[in-house]
Amino acid sequence: MNILKKIMTAIRGGTRELGESIVDSQGTRIFEQEIEDAKESLKNAKGDLTQVMAKEMQATRKVESMQKEIEKHEGFVSDALAKGEEKLALEIAGKVAEIEQEKALQVEAQLSYAKHIDKLKSMMEKAERQLKDYERQLTMVKTTENVQKATATITDNFGSTDSTLLSAKESLERIREKQQDFDDRNLAAEKLDNETNGKDLSDKMKDVGIGEIESGAQAVLDRLKAKNAKGKPA
Amino acid sequence: MNIQDYAIRLSQYRTQEGYTFDCQTMSGDVEVLQIEMNEVEGFPVFLTQTNNQIICIVYLWSEDEIKQEKRLEMLEMMLDTSISIPLSAYARVGNRFVLYGALSVASSLDKVVEEIVTLNENAIDVITAMEEFLD
Repeated sequence: MNILKKIMTAIRGGTRELGESIVDSQGTRIFEQEIEDAKESLKNAKGDLTQVMAKEMQATRKVESMQKEIEKHEGFVSDALAKGEEKLALEIAGKVAEIEQEKALQVEAQLSYAKHIDKLKSMMEKAERQLKDYERQLTMVKTTENVQKATATITDNFGSTDSTLLSAKESLERIREKQQDFDDRNLAAEKLDNETNGKDLSDKMKDVGIGEIESGAQAVLDRLKAKNAKGKPA
Repeated sequence: MNIQDYAIRLSQYRTQEGYTFDCQTMSGDVEVLQIEMNEVEGFPVFLTQTNNQIICIVYLWSEDEIKQEKRLEMLEMMLDTSISIPLSAYARVGNRFVLYGALSVASSLDKVVEEIVTLNENAIDVITAMEEFLD
């Protein structure tokens, strides 16, 4: 099932009217069911895998412990032979043979479990891939539906008379206005800056000859004379 | 997070550049969040959520606003420029052309904010650049 192809078919068929599902809801439901089923299968498979892995570990442990037993008893055989106890040595050797047979069975079991595990893992990976793909395709359907419905919600909210918010011309006007507004405000801010820093005012004062003006020597002299005259006692 | 959560958290957000957001939820068949950026005169950004995606959409123009004789050129230009536009892509929904961005539903709030801001700024560029194709 190629969902995108279905979407394209629906678009060509003219079912692009807002509010209409792009893929019939029946189809979506079947799809969602397939995904649920796939997830359930994976869950069961994981359960199986866990069980088989446990059995494999058990078998491995048994093999290991049997190997230890074999080595232990082989030691006993050597001991018996060293003591000249031929008959006893044979009996113990018999035990070793027994354990070796059991071990062989366990090794077979362990290998069989290991093989089963590989098979299960490979099946599960395949199922995961399939599931991921289903979910990706379902996303396509859900997204398409969602965006169509969202657009319908939005256009309904703005109505046909107040569609200014969605009109390109209005948008351009608004942006230009704001840009002009922004430029105007920058200009005003500069002007204000000059005023508050006293630059504007100080220029005016300078023209009239008052305020913090660069003093020439004469001005300094006059100033000091005036100051001395003031300071003289009456 | 659901749409309500986004409304609350976005309203409280302030970006490094000092952008803030005003949010309004709209209900219909699906819940939509209308987001206005306060310091930018651009577009309202509409946010909606599906099972695993967050989609932010700006509505650019409708079919009937396009100069018919320039339509094909416009479409080709959109395709040619789509890749240059960071994070956003063009699409048509019904008869409306949109610019949109999609994120994983697990995205952090920072990423969603980045998407919204970039989308708005991109949309401003797009509409001024594509003015020649519009009536």
